[in-house]
Amino acid sequence: MMLVPCPWCGPRNVAEFRYVGESSARPDPATTSASDWRTYLYTRRNPCDWIKETWYHRMGCRQYFGLERHTMTNRTRPAESSR
Amino acid sequence: MIPMRLDRQPGEVIDRSSPLTFDWDGRTVPAYAGDTIASALAAQGVRVLSRSFKYHRPRGLLTANFLDPGCVVQVGDEPNVRGGHRLVTQGMQVSSQNTWPSLRFDVKAVNQLAGRFLTAGFYYKTFIKPQRLWPTYERILQRFVHAGRIGDDTAHEGYDKRYAHPDVLVAGGGPAGMAAAISAANDGARVLLVEEEHQLGGHLRWGTRADLELLAELRDRVEQLDAIEVLTDAFVLGRYDDNWTAVVQRTLPGATERLVKARAKSLVVAPGLVERPYVFQGNDLPGVMLSTAVRRLVNLYAVKPGDRAVVLTANADGDAAVDDLRRVGVDVVHVEDARRGGDVLRVTGRGGVRTVDLAQGGRVSCDLLVTATGWTAPTSLLNMAGDQPRYDPRAARFVPNVDALPDDVFATGGVCGDGTTDQLIDHASAVGSAAARQARSFALAFASVPTRPDDARTPPQPGKPVEIPALEPASHREMFLGQTHGVVDFSEDVTTKDILQAVHEGYDSVELAKRYTTATMGPMQGKLELMNTIAAHARATGRSIAETGTTTWRPPYAPVSLGALAGRSFEPVRYSAMQEWHETQGGVPIVAGAWIRPEHYGDPQAEARNVRRAVGVIDVTPIGKLDLRGPDVPKLLELLYVNKWSKLGVGRVRYGVMCADDGIVLDDGVTGRLGPEHYLMSTTSSGAATVWEWVENWLQTEHPDWQVHVTPVTTAYASMNVAGPRSRELLSRLVDDVDLSTEAFGYMHVRTGTIAGVPDCVLWRIGFTGELSYELHVPASYGLHVWEQLFAHGGDLGITPFGLEAQRILRLEKGHFIVGQDTDGLTKAYSAGLDWAVKLDKPDFAGMPELHWQADDGGYPKLVAVQPVNPSIVPEEASQIVDGDTIVGRITSSRMSPTLRRAICLAQVDASLAEPGTTLTVVLPSGHRIAARVHEHHAHVDPEGARQRV
Repeated sequence: MMLVPCPWCGPRNVAEFRYVGESSARPDPATTSASDWRTYLYTRRNPCDWIKETWYHRMGCRQYFGLERHTMTNRTRPAESSR
Repeated sequence: MIPMRLDRQPGEVIDRSSPLTFDWDGRTVPAYAGDTIASALAAQGVRVLSRSFKYHRPRGLLTANFLDPGCVVQVGDEPNVRGGHRLVTQGMQVSSQNTWPSLRFDVKAVNQLAGRFLTAGFYYKTFIKPQRLWPTYERILQRFVHAGRIGDDTAHEGYDKRYAHPDVLVAGGGPAGMAAAISAANDGARVLLVEEEHQLGGHLRWGTRADLELLAELRDRVEQLDAIEVLTDAFVLGRYDDNWTAVVQRTLPGATERLVKARAKSLVVAPGLVERPYVFQGNDLPGVMLSTAVRRLVNLYAVKPGDRAVVLTANADGDAAVDDLRRVGVDVVHVEDARRGGDVLRVTGRGGVRTVDLAQGGRVSCDLLVTATGWTAPTSLLNMAGDQPRYDPRAARFVPNVDALPDDVFATGGVCGDGTTDQLIDHASAVGSAAARQARSFALAFASVPTRPDDARTPPQPGKPVEIPALEPASHREMFLGQTHGVVDFSEDVTTKDILQAVHEGYDSVELAKRYTTATMGPMQGKLELMNTIAAHARATGRSIAETGTTTWRPPYAPVSLGALAGRSFEPVRYSAMQEWHETQGGVPIVAGAWIRPEHYGDPQAEARNVRRAVGVIDVTPIGKLDLRGPDVPKLLELLYVNKWSKLGVGRVRYGVMCADDGIVLDDGVTGRLGPEHYLMSTTSSGAATVWEWVENWLQTEHPDWQVHVTPVTTAYASMNVAGPRSRELLSRLVDDVDLSTEAFGYMHVRTGTIAGVPDCVLWRIGFTGELSYELHVPASYGLHVWEQLFAHGGDLGITPFGLEAQRILRLEKGHFIVGQDTDGLTKAYSAGLDWAVKLDKPDFAGMPELHWQADDGGYPKLVAVQPVNPSIVPEEASQIVDGDTIVGRITSSRMSPTLRRAICLAQVDASLAEPGTTLTVVLPSGHRIAARVHEHHAHVDPEGARQRV
């Protein structure tokens, strides 16, 4: 069970968090195409590399925050604008 | 008189002032407190302790510790107990396993003669065809299964769990582990020191007088340091990400086993070395022992291992075993020194060693052959941290690559290298300091988080890096396989012949050959047999050991009971404030998510009828409730719900449906406006937590500029719904400060007021049941009071409680769908019949693009009300709706309606069948097909809503 470094509470067990997933920006609903919208909904890059993810500290500060994680080593580092 | 028990030994761990007896296969055996099952039996002269797995060969002591494959026994109704480790207790019932009819005369030992039929891969090859005979094979094979017995009525004693947060966790309590723990504690770290044996000390325990003195000193220092917590008879099962470690602790008062989940800032791995057996013909006969087994027996348990011994020694520990044997009067008839080319060819005997054939010719008769041929580094925990050990031919063992370890994992002691005791302790002390320093760096890195209290102590600076002295493995002769074939894996009865055969059959990777032959896959999990398996594979393939490589060590480090992993159950449940009343009034409980609530009070049909006729009250506390405040709440509601919210006035309530961004119905409920910038949102009971997180997600990630404050108040209120034509009359007896008249407090309005003397209650005029009804949210601690007052004042009005089932009947009569029951993970808003609610002209709301496309594309399945033509047949929920052989829908809800006295349903059907009046074919679970008709409205009862608007 890895540690997730919550920018508000410090490192906590991953079980305290909900993994929202690889961050993906929501297109403007007024102008989006079906293809763009469904890419936002379903398509993730899932590389073997550093990725930017969103996590939610559900059993702690109840904050959503961004985090960069290496998918092979589970090493983490703060994302830019992590709060 | 105990035949093989010696006089008092300086390091013995038995307590001669506490004699006791236990039962071994029906015989009473004397022992002392501190004896293991194996040492007590060895003291008694018992040589055969078990029969081997496949060939049922007699087996005796090999290592005399936890890893001993020869003495796995049954204790009471606990199978597979390690006799080399488990301490005896007064009256303990111990019996041999895998023997029939008895240990000394084992019928299944004929397997030895049939050995060539049971070679490598026999599981995969022998009993496969014809397949129809498999049940017969299975029955017969079960009689040969290598395991103990477990009773159906075994009492499950307590298993326990604990969480620990040490700065430094030290795995292994030998001299290096103890020194590392002392050094880390002296540097200010809190240390958890975990030792598999019953005492700290490792090999010092069977060492010289100087070793014993050092051991006493180290134990004193450990004991004096409050920062060190020692767990003996415990082992680290596994190391996971960021030093999440699982420790199993045995021999506890009040608990069979305890699982300690420890998050260690630093992990120090100090398991020492495991002596490995040597391979030659007869190497599994009782009386063939490792040098460490002999030294344990003599020095810890004061047991004479035999009378006439031959010793094959390749190192100083073998020489020390010779000294120990001579000192206690064993006749060491021959010492074969492997450093000068000595070797053993084979051992013969029946049920025990009788003669040893030496490689250079000559036969010696004896009852004990001791081997000291080298070591295996149990790098298991280091592998779990990412280390890949490399083979060092000079030291004849795999060694860890400590430089490649993560910053927070350290290794010390024998697993790293060899040296004098002083060198080991110097290395371990430095490692302990480095581990403490790492723990300080970790603490410092997170000392600045915003939620830390202002007056929190700043952790100390980590300080300068610690210089760790070198600890190199000493040179050792490569000695794995002798000149004859023998047993490689004692637990699984795998021989060098099996591995040779596997390679001939094409298993040229050691990882595959391991799985095919099951070598290293038995209870000892490679700790004893890995090196010899690799050596045998290397010899068969003609490759070097370095080229062959090692197999991967994975958790668990040692076998663990499922009880320990399951531990105590921590599953919290929720009850409303009225639970006590429900229990005394015959409420039948049902589990609903985290909540336990009444399903009914005996007769749900009668409960439903009483709501339509008089007045009923249901406990709806689990309904999710979010208190929303701020100027931007209307914007939030417009975003969350598919319908419009901007014009909701103070005192008004509106029903709304939420879809996720994929357009799928997520939740529904009503939201009321209590004040200009104050709203109360209700959600479904099961969706309460999800919706709260979802709302926070929109506010925090998409619209952080909006001023909305969300407070979950689900459990702050006890909620009850008073429903039925006489509900207003009942409430008017308890409420003074709210005008309940239709004109002043109409349908879909909300008020705050005082109920039965309790202020700050919220009253909603809404109705899931379709009757005139009031939903009351009462401060939770007054819930029971208000509930009881309703009954105290409603007797003459005919008040009865109703449960979840009656509510489900009533809502189905009204055609209200339940998210997750009448919708599923594919149901978009239009499929739920929400055309009237979805407002596609809003600038944005969750799921809007998908609903646009759904509306444009059309042709989607629809939720419709359905009535079976035969009114007395209630098709089961999830019954299929078919067109010929094609499935075109399903019944999502069905009940017998007490109001209409007929079966009523909701169903999802294909678009072509959704028109009112369409006749559907429903398949019952029996296979019978019945006709049903699509109803005009979702509501079967009162589609105009006249009853709820009065």
